[in-house]
Amino acid sequence: MTQIFYILIGIAGGVLGGMGMGGGTLLIPMLTLFMHTEQHAAQGVNLVAFVPMSIIALIIHIKNKLIEKRVILPLLLSAAVMTAVGALVSLKTDTARLKIYFGIFLTLLGGAYMAAPLIKKIRNKKN
Amino acid sequence: MQKNRRKETSNPPIAQKNRRKEKIALIIGGIAVGFVNGYFGGGGGMLVIPVLTALIGLEKKKAHATAIAVILPLSLISGIIYLLRGAGERGVLLFGGAGVVVGGVIGALLLKKIPDKKLAPLFYSIMILSGLWLIFFGK
Repeated sequence: MTQIFYILIGIAGGVLGGMGMGGGTLLIPMLTLFMHTEQHAAQGVNLVAFVPMSIIALIIHIKNKLIEKRVILPLLLSAAVMTAVGALVSLKTDTARLKIYFGIFLTLLGGAYMAAPLIKKIRNKKN
Repeated sequence: MQKNRRKETSNPPIAQKNRRKEKIALIIGGIAVGFVNGYFGGGGGMLVIPVLTALIGLEKKKAHATAIAVILPLSLISGIIYLLRGAGERGVLLFGGAGVVVGGVIGALLLKKIPDKKLAPLFYSIMILSGLWLIFFGK
């Protein structure tokens, strides 16, 4: 039964991810809140599952010529190092704390994305 | 050659001469994106997109697609670190992971049909709610 729930939550997160809405940001809390998966384990699933999923998506995007190659290398230059640092620091962070930090991160990110179109509207009106 | 390539992006806010500035902006952005994606095991993509649209001036579709190309190697690196350090549960990995892959294909196909503008605020509200839930009742 647990496995069925894992699959269902995975599908829900995957659908959002495939739509380009940041599926991991919902997959992780669904796993920790509903399935009581440990925070680090939930984060690990998201990272690992992203790889095959995004390879499929990338093939489609490359065919459609939607990839802007010139930005990838400069971004990865710093990001590749920092992602390893982030992972190592995270694994040393206490689970309960990490859960709260993740909650703060989600709230801020959701708030920022929600506010962005409103700010745009106000700016356009002023102009 | 370089100039031609630059033309592909719509509405470039940074002048063509300022390619160097653009590179520096990307490297600085990469610091935050990389750390977040490793620390929280996700969410890096949602940070890359505003960097690519606001700072570099990419159109939305291109920004979303390019974000995947950036996050893929990052997830691979941090995913391996998580697994090597034993932060994985086999059941969730196998079944949850399989679900994600299946869902990912469904989501990519659905994207053409569902109006993004209507769905997005709902998605962000759920994000905020689950964030608050984790902060106050996470234990």
